[in-house]
Amino acid sequence: MVSVNELREMYVDMVTARHYEERLQEEYLEGKQPAFDISAGPIPGELHLAAGHEASAAGVCQHLRDDDTVTAPHRPHHVAIAKGVDLERMTAEIFGRETGLGKGKGGHMHLFDPDVGFACSGIIAEGCPPAAGAGLAAKKRNTDSVAVAYLGEGAIDQGAFLESLNFAAVHDLPVVFVVEDNDWAISMPKGRVTDVENGAQRAGGFDMPGVRVDHDDAVAIYDAAKEAIGRARDRNGPTLMEVQVHRRMGHFMGDPESYRPEEDQEAAAERDSIARLEADLQSHGVDEESIEELRDDAHERVEDAIAFAKDQPEPDPSAAHEDVFVNPPSGVTDTEPEYDLAGGDD
Amino acid sequence: MAQKEHSKVIERELTMSRAMVEAIAHEMRENEEVFYMGEDVADYGGIFDSTQGLLDEFGYDRIMDVPISETAYLGAAVGAAQEGMRPIAELMFVDFFGVAMDQIYNQMAKNTYMSGGNVSVPLVLTAAVGGTYNDAAQHSQTLYGTFAHVPGLKVVVPSTAYDAKGLMHNAIRDDDPVMYMFHKRLMGIGWLPAPDGPKTPVPEEDYTIPFGSADVKREGDDVTIVTLGLHVHRALEAAESLADDGVSAEVVDLRSLVPLDTDTVVESVEKTGNLVVVDEDYRSFGVTGEIVASVAEENLGALDSVERLAVPDVPIPYSRPLENEVVPDVADIEAAVERTQ
Repeated sequence: MVSVNELREMYVDMVTARHYEERLQEEYLEGKQPAFDISAGPIPGELHLAAGHEASAAGVCQHLRDDDTVTAPHRPHHVAIAKGVDLERMTAEIFGRETGLGKGKGGHMHLFDPDVGFACSGIIAEGCPPAAGAGLAAKKRNTDSVAVAYLGEGAIDQGAFLESLNFAAVHDLPVVFVVEDNDWAISMPKGRVTDVENGAQRAGGFDMPGVRVDHDDAVAIYDAAKEAIGRARDRNGPTLMEVQVHRRMGHFMGDPESYRPEEDQEAAAERDSIARLEADLQSHGVDEESIEELRDDAHERVEDAIAFAKDQPEPDPSAAHEDVFVNPPSGVTDTEPEYDLAGGDD
Repeated sequence: MAQKEHSKVIERELTMSRAMVEAIAHEMRENEEVFYMGEDVADYGGIFDSTQGLLDEFGYDRIMDVPISETAYLGAAVGAAQEGMRPIAELMFVDFFGVAMDQIYNQMAKNTYMSGGNVSVPLVLTAAVGGTYNDAAQHSQTLYGTFAHVPGLKVVVPSTAYDAKGLMHNAIRDDDPVMYMFHKRLMGIGWLPAPDGPKTPVPEEDYTIPFGSADVKREGDDVTIVTLGLHVHRALEAAESLADDGVSAEVVDLRSLVPLDTDTVVESVEKTGNLVVVDEDYRSFGVTGEIVASVAEENLGALDSVERLAVPDVPIPYSRPLENEVVPDVADIEAAVERTQ
């Protein structure tokens, strides 16, 4: 059973993530008016916001520790927040600043915070193999840490995902694959690209447990993840989870969503996992005032992170030439003694 | 081979595969975080003998056979490396890169940069390369240029047992991802006879050859032949025969493409004035053009003549006379050198 304290923690993660996305949307659009120029404004490039996905981040990451590894896809902010990524440096990265997690070289799809075991990648499903590798490392080192790979439902037809399921299963790796089903792969509804309605069924082909959580419900996700992550931590192998989430914004900022029926958008707006969790909190005796306090604190933290980021210097252009290698240029020191190779050419 | 004074005499000779395996075994004994993954690397010992004998000493946990899922296991190697382990993963044929290219080009090569240097990927990706045995277009490529092109991968290509061991020690100890590209024809496999050159004396103890140190395999005054891998030996054979005609050829073995030892190449060209670059990869947008351009940028005036020999922008054909036509051989190298004289 989830404790009241855990409900509070999940709520904080979720409202932090929601407010974060709403504020990034505002910041992103600044400078992109009246004409939308993707390279203009304080946050340039693509921006994939996760409003509506918060429950899957909070419900799963509630069970994770700093020594557990998470890989996330191109829509990573909510997971990063729930995993405990440094919010100020993450925001500085999204604003392309020198003190960002990647010194301004990665941007919002490529956030790395090794201190809390978080990484993400902009290529669909390609975070799955490295997550399997983190699980492999845990197994080899005989620790009880686990790895979680997040992906969207549009990624479940990718080879990288399917290969990783098999790899994790055959080696009994402590990995949980979390498919966030928001119904849309950009403009493509799931039913048009796969006959499998429940993505967790894919697990059956690999002799792995598969579970689907049908609701935008942080507590239901928490319960399912508890079992899956517990199984991984106890060295009983991987699990595939699919969780229903909803997409409150476009695929990326600037997506006109002309392909999406209005009623679908309205339905998504109505199934709000945050409102549901508020009701759960209240049923556990947490009053409206306390909830508001949690929310205000979370909002303040977001505002502080954004203010911090905007206050940071842009990188010096010369830094573009650094960090290709951690060990430039030739690797370790020469230890070649002096030999006379008999029989060598002479 | 670089000969040094006051040195210890080494008599023991190894094939290139034995030398490679010796380095891997040494590093595995020293560091429990080193392990090897690939297809048919355990019981079989590697299709090209790259892991021969390692299973007996280290067992299935550290010499891991994997599903035929290059994306999964190369990506798992990236993930394990990012956790601080030191995996070695093998692509049985470099030609199989296509099914796992995202993990190589977008993850392994770029994660360090995109993290601002906060993430390191100490991974060695070994791959068998090269043709000359009629295996056709999907199993005969070297693809040196493909891997040297993307920023973030160190790329090494041994041509002798001695170099193979020193470069392997360095590769495993390096904190960055390294592509270790070994030529099938040089390994000393029973069913794929090697030329004479790659079997060399190899010290029993460990030693590292730093990347970015090209080796002058033969000194000469009239022409510089820059090459790598199998073609080091073809160039040496050509140089031997050219010497009979009074042409003194210097043979520079690059040993690594990233980093590239431009200094050694330029120094040699400044001495000889003539440059012949020989490569088993495709001609256009590859090693030959890169070497010529690097020398031209450094010292255009030193170049009296330039020749490049490579696979002439056709897929590698199957039939013996066809493959022989497109892969540079000793006679082709001699002819190219003669054109510079």
